[in-house]
Amino acid sequence: MADIDIKHLCRLAQLALNETEHQAVRADLERIIAMVDQMQAMDTEDVEPLAHPLEADQRLRPDEITEVVDRDRYQRGAPATRDGLYLVPRVVE
Amino acid sequence: MQWEPVIGLEVHVQLATKSKIFSGASPAFGGAPNAQACPVDLGLPGVLPVLNAEAVRMAVMFGLAINATIYPYSIFDRKNYFYPDLPKGYQISQFDHPIVGPGTLTIQMENGDTHIIRITRAHLEEDAGKSLHTAYAGMTGIDLNRTGTPLLEVVSEPDLRSPAQAVAYFKQLHALVRYLKICDGNLAEGSMRCDANVSVRPLGATELGERSEIKNINSFRFVEKAIQFEIERQIDILESGGKVKRDTRLYDSERNETRSMRSKELSDDYRYFPDPDLLPVRLTLEFIAAVKASLPELPQARKARFTTELKLSDYDAAWLTNDPAVADYFEAVLATAHDAKLTANWIMGDASAALHRDDLEWTDCPVPATELGQLIARINDNTISSKLAKTVFEALWTKEGTVDEIIDARGLRQLSDSGALRGIIEKIMMDNPDQVAQYRAGKDRVLGFFVGQVMKATQGKANPGQVNELLLDSLKREKGSEE
Repeated sequence: MADIDIKHLCRLAQLALNETEHQAVRADLERIIAMVDQMQAMDTEDVEPLAHPLEADQRLRPDEITEVVDRDRYQRGAPATRDGLYLVPRVVE
Repeated sequence: MQWEPVIGLEVHVQLATKSKIFSGASPAFGGAPNAQACPVDLGLPGVLPVLNAEAVRMAVMFGLAINATIYPYSIFDRKNYFYPDLPKGYQISQFDHPIVGPGTLTIQMENGDTHIIRITRAHLEEDAGKSLHTAYAGMTGIDLNRTGTPLLEVVSEPDLRSPAQAVAYFKQLHALVRYLKICDGNLAEGSMRCDANVSVRPLGATELGERSEIKNINSFRFVEKAIQFEIERQIDILESGGKVKRDTRLYDSERNETRSMRSKELSDDYRYFPDPDLLPVRLTLEFIAAVKASLPELPQARKARFTTELKLSDYDAAWLTNDPAVADYFEAVLATAHDAKLTANWIMGDASAALHRDDLEWTDCPVPATELGQLIARINDNTISSKLAKTVFEALWTKEGTVDEIIDARGLRQLSDSGALRGIIEKIMMDNPDQVAQYRAGKDRVLGFFVGQVMKATQGKANPGQVNELLLDSLKREKGSEE
């Protein structure tokens, strides 16, 4: 069984979980990994990797502007906007 | 110890499509904030990306132009990371099945040396939005207009060995994408951005040193300076016994230094997986062949043609072919002028200076190519002097008329009636006996005085070669006859 670094996964997923929740997530992940391990045990030597379950190819769109942007409407759901910008807590770089 | 820099570039080429890569919104630069961000770009629930056919065609065209493998089967993946200007929490990109495989680009250095730089791959992806950190106290403003702009990321092998080679490569790519008309090449607006992977190793070593990645360099000059700084920084570390740490750095052009981006330290785990919203892209061989047939003449081929067929110097040919708009204008002028060298001189000199002065692009040049060609032809058939041709050029610039109309309206036709010129010369000699005596006493440079006087008397319309000839003849003949 792979060693699961819950803290690392939480950081990647931007999740703030407490110690109790860690335990629950760990138990879930262990079951998921066990299932993946079971699948890994299959011999797939001669099987083509599958990128998508549908047996179809991507349809292409003609290069045309078809969207009418209703900014006010889209921004109604945002917690904070100003001068047409979405405002978010300061991101430090 | 002697150190060898090893450099690879990742160049993001913004494709010049009318609409975005996965949505029907406009990717045009400079719109009001978020006025070009549609629900697909915003990542609202329930939306689906649909791939732009033109972005695919442009990627294939680029691949064919660098003699790359075009993969008839490619896949879009999700590259997962959190940042406020990436609303979906992932960027749609291509990971292990890019559309364009290995190819090459040949670069030429100023001393004429050429190097073949291998290109690992080129893949399609969507751009992120922009974060504005400065304007709002305690908050960051997010503009998602750029979100979903189609990018072709071109990844080179670590084949570059100096900052100068890196710049030559970036410039060659820049010329190529403009020839292909797949990118407007506007560096100031971020249409081509470059990340540089830089490491150094002892000269002669075969293993690569630990590298750092410099992000988001957007000018030719900064590519050179940022890489130069980074090479020196790494050599300093190694020579003082330290180790280069693998990291991601930002170039600060004001201080000319690179700085570590702390935010990237821990996040280099993108967990790519195939995007279930997009199906695999399949290209037919007919499609690839049709794109191949549509390839224009490429910059290196055009340059070679200019040096071999038109006998232009390497320097002139490189200057003229770097920007396809310049090369097109040059060839259009040449069709009327029939003198490659003189045409090159006019374009690289007066025309270029005037465009620069008025801050215009070549495609907006107010002098039609046929008129500049006609002007050059009029110099060559001795209708006007080279000097007065500059006056005609300025008049063409302000749309005073055609070359011949301007020459006639302003009375600029060159005087080549030798009888009339002789009369003028004789009068000048009579009016200036002292200078005649000086010349005859052996002061050859007095000749310049006479040329000046004749030009003044003819308002610059005399043919300078003819004036020289007639002057020498008159001064010597009379000298002879007195003896």
